[in-house]
Amino acid sequence: MGMTTPNGFDLDTTGRRIVVDPVTRIEGHMRCEVNVNDEGVITNAVSTGTMWRGLEVILKGRDPRDAWAFTERICGVCTGTHALTSVRAVEDALGITIPENANSIRNMMQLNLQIHDHVVHFYHLHALDWVNPINALRADPKKTSELQQTVSPSHPMSSPGYFRDVQNRLKAFVESGQLGLFKNGYWDNPAYRLPPEADLMATTHYLEALDLQKEIVKIHTIFGGKNPHPNWLVGGVPCPINIDGVGAVGAINMERLNQVSSIITLCEDFVRNVYLPDVVAIGGFYKDWLYGGGLSGQSVMAYGDIPERANDFSSENMLLPRGAIVGGDLSTVHDVDVRDPEQVQEFVDHSWYAYGQPGVGLHPWDGVTEAKFELGPNLKGTRTNIQEIDEGAKYSWIKAPRWRGHAMEVGPLARYIVGYAKGHEDIKTQVDGLLRTMDLPVTALFSTLGRTAARALESEYCTRLQRHFFDKLVANIKAGDSSTANVAKWDPKTWPAEAKGVGMTEAPRGALGHWIRIKDGRIENYQCVVPTTWNGSPRDAAGNIGAFEASLMNTKMERPEEPVEILRTLHSFDPCLACSTHVMSPEGEELTTVKVR
Amino acid sequence: MAPRALILGIGNVLWADEGFGVRCVERLAQTHAFDDNVCLLDGGTQGLYLLPFLEEADILLVFDAIDYGLPPGTLKVIEGDDVPAFMGAKKMSLHQTGFQDVIATAKLLGRCPGRLVLVGCQPEEIEDYGGGLRDAIAARIDLALALGLARLADWGIIARPGQADASLLADPSVRRDAYESGRPSAEEACRIGDARVLPEGVA
Repeated sequence: MGMTTPNGFDLDTTGRRIVVDPVTRIEGHMRCEVNVNDEGVITNAVSTGTMWRGLEVILKGRDPRDAWAFTERICGVCTGTHALTSVRAVEDALGITIPENANSIRNMMQLNLQIHDHVVHFYHLHALDWVNPINALRADPKKTSELQQTVSPSHPMSSPGYFRDVQNRLKAFVESGQLGLFKNGYWDNPAYRLPPEADLMATTHYLEALDLQKEIVKIHTIFGGKNPHPNWLVGGVPCPINIDGVGAVGAINMERLNQVSSIITLCEDFVRNVYLPDVVAIGGFYKDWLYGGGLSGQSVMAYGDIPERANDFSSENMLLPRGAIVGGDLSTVHDVDVRDPEQVQEFVDHSWYAYGQPGVGLHPWDGVTEAKFELGPNLKGTRTNIQEIDEGAKYSWIKAPRWRGHAMEVGPLARYIVGYAKGHEDIKTQVDGLLRTMDLPVTALFSTLGRTAARALESEYCTRLQRHFFDKLVANIKAGDSSTANVAKWDPKTWPAEAKGVGMTEAPRGALGHWIRIKDGRIENYQCVVPTTWNGSPRDAAGNIGAFEASLMNTKMERPEEPVEILRTLHSFDPCLACSTHVMSPEGEELTTVKVR
Repeated sequence: MAPRALILGIGNVLWADEGFGVRCVERLAQTHAFDDNVCLLDGGTQGLYLLPFLEEADILLVFDAIDYGLPPGTLKVIEGDDVPAFMGAKKMSLHQTGFQDVIATAKLLGRCPGRLVLVGCQPEEIEDYGGGLRDAIAARIDLALALGLARLADWGIIARPGQADASLLADPSVRRDAYESGRPSAEEACRIGDARVLPEGVA
């Protein structure tokens, strides 16, 4: 059966059905089904969030000043981003402004999280879709050393002995039978193309990234008091500045600022000397693997983040760009207003929720989360043992958010396409430079590799922004301003009886919004629309498919029973379903199963 | 030099009995004091963020909710190589992926604590988002602490009556008392309505 979706994808469900459940190396629970034709090309894709999200209901009646501490617990990855979005929503509702120092510190924390998440994603969640650590055991350490020096002459760790040591360590680990991290791999699949030396180099950097990530998060301990779960504060940041202080618990002094500065240097060195060169080197072996573009070539959106000046959330003040592009028209970047009830709406026609009437979208301030689990007539299997989902009916716990009715992709690639289209100078320079280095046209951006490359470029840009806000903070302190919090409206007696607000951030994986209503000092309604809700959304009433689904279309699989290509593309979104969904069944997941029907 | 011990509670406090491990460490901090070589940490559902804490420890004691299909409230003590090995074999801990990977990673780096012990509790209810510990599970906290502390004592880590450093535990607004007392009623927040999202619970 063939049909064309309103957003231009030709679906054909006649071929074999392949089910991947759960999709591994992601946060949360997700299932994916595709149809492939006789040539192994994907002709239909269905993404199902298999968990229910119920955060909204548990915040009802809580103190809005505590909401951050709850939202920080939603997810094991972007705790700080949720907390920042939450305090912004409350500040917006209550008209609370924050000091410049607090803006600089929050930006540094957010940028640091961005870099941390991108590095961890690339090396620890995504690299294994391109890099084969088992093949690395066959590498010649001397040739690996030569490769390293060619790829990145500035990286000091490049001797043959160094690579031999890593190879031996890896060998012992693999031989111990505790494959652990590297289990569930399809290591003899021809989709892996790197020579052993490139595999060894990348696997070595997997280890270096582990060491880096634990150092760089210390910024959160310095500014947030502790990590994991740093502290946040409505009205500013919870760390006082006492620049001449010595050893004062919690206060920011010169010693701590010096530590922050050296962490920023670590980020800069790693991203420039390791991460970016690796993306170029690995990408070079997959230059013709330009699948996975999906919606990126037509509809992308970013809320923007990293305000240069405190309390100004206008588009012009955002260093990470804001905007929406629809229909692939890069010449027009629309502004995005998250307060406008006509722009961001969530639909539930194919989601396991009910709104009363079909085809209706609700703005998050008016959002409701009422579950309605029902399965379509074309389901294969039973309610408790679904073999093939019926995507013609309700089929996911993820709602379908739309921007003016359009399915949108969000995330680093969306930010970079919006920035590029707007002529954002830093972004344009970076993108043009990379395309020149790799000898690729700009259309190559609209791909799985483009998503992966955008994340690396963004990390580099974020290190520069981190340095910028560090310098700004230090200059401001030297000028005599040590204010970090505004507590004028801390007391709920100063609040209006009713208020509503919205907080926006660009989480590592895309646009994140929290919408809050406050009544009599307590939370009346709280809605989160998270990035993976956008990217992982099911179809809407009109039949538009979501970003994950679109990205899998027309991909050629080497071996349909080994879904390397599906994982590669889905991972390129850095999906995080912990906050978009919630577990459905106590029986839940066993080890990953791939079923070809 | 005295061995360094990390006492780690993991789990999601927002999911009823899933928060068992975190609540254990909270209680421990309220009731026991330790020397400076012992660190108490609320690990939440964090993965790699916990790596630096593991690397600095010679002994690791973990409290967590586990699923062995046992009667609710049953406690199990698991040691050494069985901790990650069993985690890989079955859904033992409810966030095995995160923490199992942390242990595997620490081993790959050659920096895993030499001594591992896990005190796990079979939950009664986890499908209650926004819920708290069930009474039967909360009643097991003291015994779980006693089991863990007994093992630590064998390794020379001594707990005294008193209070421990709680700076790495949860923000006060999500600690157990505040969390339980500030919770909206089930009617208001449809909290107990989770059963309706289970396939068998839907009309």
